[in-house]
Amino acid sequence: MEFVVECDRLTRAFGRRVAVDALTLQIPRGEVFGLIGPDGAGKTTTMRMLTAIMAPSSGSARVLGLDVTRDGEAIKERIGYVSQRFSLYGDLTVGENLEFFADLFQVPPDERPERTERLLAASRMTPFIRRQARDLSGGMKQKLALACALIHTPEVLFLDEPTTGVDPVSRRDFWRILYGLVGDGMTLVVSTPFMDEAVRCHRIALMHLGRMLMCDTPDAIRARHPDEVDLEAAFIRLIRDTESSS
Amino acid sequence: MMPPAIACVDLVRRFGTFTAVDRITLQAHVGSVFGFLGPNGSGKSTTIRMLCGLLAPTSGQAIVDGIDVARDPESVKRRIGYMSQKFSLYEDLTVRENLEFYGGIYGIGRRGRRARIDETLERTDLTDNPDTLVRELSVGVRQRLALGGALLHRPRILFLDEPTSGVDPISRRRFWSLIHELTAEGATILVTTHYMDEAEQCDRIALIRSGKLVADGSPADLKRELMPWPILSIDCANPFEALDIIARTPGVRDAALYGVHIHAVVEDTAVADALRTALEASGHAVYRIEGVAATLEDVFVAAAEGDADA
Repeated sequence: MEFVVECDRLTRAFGRRVAVDALTLQIPRGEVFGLIGPDGAGKTTTMRMLTAIMAPSSGSARVLGLDVTRDGEAIKERIGYVSQRFSLYGDLTVGENLEFFADLFQVPPDERPERTERLLAASRMTPFIRRQARDLSGGMKQKLALACALIHTPEVLFLDEPTTGVDPVSRRDFWRILYGLVGDGMTLVVSTPFMDEAVRCHRIALMHLGRMLMCDTPDAIRARHPDEVDLEAAFIRLIRDTESSS
Repeated sequence: MMPPAIACVDLVRRFGTFTAVDRITLQAHVGSVFGFLGPNGSGKSTTIRMLCGLLAPTSGQAIVDGIDVARDPESVKRRIGYMSQKFSLYEDLTVRENLEFYGGIYGIGRRGRRARIDETLERTDLTDNPDTLVRELSVGVRQRLALGGALLHRPRILFLDEPTSGVDPISRRRFWSLIHELTAEGATILVTTHYMDEAEQCDRIALIRSGKLVADGSPADLKRELMPWPILSIDCANPFEALDIIARTPGVRDAALYGVHIHAVVEDTAVADALRTALEASGHAVYRIEGVAATLEDVFVAAAEGDADA
């Protein structure tokens, strides 16, 4: 299979509101792909459909060659998902949260010690293994959420606004970890409203009110708008052009 | 020299044994935009609540418009406008009804209220939809309404807590245009944000981490003091493997991946030659090396160096 994620006119409506409008894209293995846009752009809804936790209204999507509607459970075993809001157990420790997810994903018991150790070391969280999750800083919570999403060695990782509200230092650290994963062959799908995070992706889809305005590398998007001073200005130009032609 | 519009002097707030705000001292001058940056939970909102008279300090002082907030919070509240994160609007009321409500809270007399509301609608560009229910409005429009609510009583000092969180880029730009208009008229604005490009537009910024002030100054001053070294953006073959080679080249202080590029902080731009040689010698074709400007993110990373992350 050539692409690890494929969307073909993927659509999701909530009553009259079209949250994701005929999204078509392909993501090859090993890419860091960004879904870029503000609240209401359709990023989270797209992620929910790709991670098979929400059904499309129409169109289709395949992850690792599996159809999101028919083979959702099979997809879930091979992907990881870090949601925007902290969704781990605050009253469990770092170690206990990892153990919980290892149970959920049925990670073989003999593989757990090595994996847990490796994941904690990579995010410099080994000294915090016995700390309750609710007592961690925002940056550390996200790193724990990442570790829990990786315990079953997924092939594709979906991250929904992973560094919103986190300080710049933790964000840089987080991306260092993410790039390490990509170096080992993982594909990342990241959503963010921040342009300075968009430029950390290999390719990005600029989204506005459910539609994809452009999909290309950040450099190419900038090159196509030489009169615009930066990526955000190019994005604004695209939004304006779309609105004036509709 | 005019006294500052907003000042904190060794401001402290504890909750039991937890110190949320740890001796913060800062000043915002009249007619300026002061940016407050820091992760969630760092003490920004607690500091703002003390400045607005919503929470008493444990020690130290919060001074707004020359008034000690702890001694006379009600006077302060009359002089300031506050726009909260997530906007505090009534979904089942219209734009105008929300402003009527806020007008009532701020004690704007019934007679002048209509005119004041019309003025606010003009100011915040809401004249198209005054009778639309808030729940039908997009985030960008709600943001303008929330600001309108904070401006009704024409305060000279505004506190805006993450006013552009999740808002589309066009609305964000428009919002910042309005902020600049207001400060040009003499208002002082303290704003919290996670957007680095917004921080760049502030006259002065403060970075808070774990309740402590880690950096404080104008964006230009902070870049000059904390990130005086040039940064090179390197575009080459196999960036993953190349990263190591770049990091180990003499004259390179730090190197990190940035999408398909590598950003290297160097002692001197002349290091570019050494980098090109080292990369080509190890079989990594070099497509481009160019200087890039330091961002505020670089500044904060440099400022926070040495702080424990926990």
